[in-house]
Amino acid sequence: MPIRTVMKANEAAAWAAKLAKPKVIAAFPITPSTLVPEKISEFVANGELDAEFIKVESEHSAISACVGASAAGVRTFTATASQGLALMHEVIFIAAGMRLPIVVAVGNRALSAPINIWNDWQDSISERDTGWLQFYAENNQEALDLILIAFKVAEDERVLLPAMVGFDAFILTHTVEPVEIPDQEAVDEFLGEYEPKYAYLDPAKPITQGTLAFPAHYMEARYTVWEANENAKKVIDEVFAEFEKRFGRKYQKVEEYRTDDAEIIFVTMGSLAGTVKEYVDHLREQGVRAGAAKLTVYRPFPTEEVRELAKKAKVIALLEKNVTFSVGGALFQDFSRALVNLDERPKVVDFILGLGGRDVTFKDLDEALEIAQKALNGEEFDEVNWIGLRKEIL
Amino acid sequence: MAESPFKADIERVQKEYSEKMTPGAIAYIPGSSVVNKTGSWRVFMPEFNRDKCTRCFLCYIYCPEPAIYLDEEGYPVFDYDYCKGCGICANECPVDAIVMVRETK
Ligand code: SF4
Ligand code: SF4
Repeated sequence: MPIRTVMKANEAAAWAAKLAKPKVIAAFPITPSTLVPEKISEFVANGELDAEFIKVESEHSAISACVGASAAGVRTFTATASQGLALMHEVIFIAAGMRLPIVVAVGNRALSAPINIWNDWQDSISERDTGWLQFYAENNQEALDLILIAFKVAEDERVLLPAMVGFDAFILTHTVEPVEIPDQEAVDEFLGEYEPKYAYLDPAKPITQGTLAFPAHYMEARYTVWEANENAKKVIDEVFAEFEKRFGRKYQKVEEYRTDDAEIIFVTMGSLAGTVKEYVDHLREQGVRAGAAKLTVYRPFPTEEVRELAKKAKVIALLEKNVTFSVGGALFQDFSRALVNLDERPKVVDFILGLGGRDVTFKDLDEALEIAQKALNGEEFDEVNWIGLRKEIL
Repeated sequence: MAESPFKADIERVQKEYSEKMTPGAIAYIPGSSVVNKTGSWRVFMPEFNRDKCTRCFLCYIYCPEPAIYLDEEGYPVFDYDYCKGCGICANECPVDAIVMVRETK
C-alpha cells in the first residue's frame, strides 16, 4: 500500500531516490538541497538503500563521480542547487555528451552575487543548453514523482540523456506538504532494473568513453544529443501515461487550467503555478477571462503543446523567475521562437518576478494583468516587465 | 628504433570510426591512439645514453604516457610517437642517463 504522509520536497526527493534504487549517490551539501543527501546517507547507513554514498569535496567532484559511476553502468543520483549546479557546469555538458542517464534534483535557487539562498530558477535555466532534460515540480508530490519519471525517461534507449528535476528553494524544499510514497514493488515494476546498453565496464571488451572527437565527428555527436532531446518528447508522453496508469497521477508537458474561452493565459513553471491557478479563479469570479498553464517539462521544449496553447489565447503572459539579458526571460525567448512562424499568434508579454525569493502576491499579478490587458486591447505595452520592482530604492 | 608493441590495424580503426557514430561517441575498438599520435606537440625530447644506464626501470615506471618500453636486454626504448616530452623520466633517472634536449627537425 502506498503511504500517505507529510514531508518536505527535499525528503520527497530523497525518497524518490531511495525508491529508484540507485547504486551510486555522490553529493556535496548546499543550501537548500542539503537535506537530500543527508536523508539518503541515512537510508544507506540504516541499510534501507543498498548503494554507495560518496562524500566529495565539491559539486564538481560530485557530478564527476556520478559520470564515472554512470559510465560504469549503474543508476546514479545527486542533488544540488545554485552555485553548486554552476560548479558542475563543465561536467554537466560531459554527462549529456556521454549520454549518461544521471538524475539530479535541483533545489532552484538564485545565483550570486549578491549571495542569495532563496528561490528563483536562474540556476537550472542557465543549464538549459547543455542537452539535459529539465522537469519543474509544482509541489512536493511532483518532486517525488518527477524524479521517478526522470529516471525512466533518461534511461530509455531512445533518449539516454541526463535529467534534472527542479523544485523551488524553501517554497518547496523546506515546506511540509502531504505526499504519497508509492510502493517499492510498484516503482520496481515501473522503472525496472537499469541495464546500460552502451556504457559498461567489461575488461574483456574494453571501450573508450568520453573520447576525443575531431571536427569530422564532433558535430555528429552534438546532433545525436539534439536528436535524443527530440525523441524524449514522445518518450515523456509515454512515460507520463504509464505513470498515470500505475500511480493514478496525471502529468502533462503543458498543463492547462481554465484555458477554455480564455483571452489571457498566464504561463509559468514550478511552485508559482499554484499561486497563478488561484489568481485565475479570483479573476474568473470578477468576469476576467483568464486561464493558466504550467510547463512541467522545459527541456525538451514542448513546442507543439505551446503552439496548441497559443491558439486558445489572445495574450500569453509569461511569469518567470529568471533573466536572460537583452531578451527578458528564457521562456520569452522559447515562446517567441515557438510562435514566430505561425500565421495567427497571440501577443506574448514577459514578466520577470520573484527573483531571489521575493514573494509573488496577487498585487504583483494585478500589475502583470494590467499590462497584459493593454496588450489585449491593442494598446502599447512593454514586452519585458519587471514586476514588484522597488523602483524607489534605485 | 624498435617498433611499437601497440599494433593495430590503422585502416580498420579509421574506417570503423568514420562509419558509425555511437551514442555518447563511445569508441568500441581499442587502438584509436595508434591513429592519434600524441607526441607531435613535444618541445623537449629525452635523449638516452645507453652507456650510463643501469637498467633500473625507474624511467619506465614513471613515464605517464607510457612511451617507454624495454628491449630484450632490459634497456629503455623511447617511443617518440607518444612521448610528450614532460621530462619526468630524465628527472627520475638516478644516473642522468636521460637528458632533455630541445626538439629539432
Ligand atoms: S619525457 Fe615524459 S613522456 Fe617522454 S618518455 Fe620521458 S617520461 Fe615519458
Ligand atoms: S631510469 Fe635511467 S638508469 Fe634507470 S633504466 Fe631509465 S635510463 Fe636507465
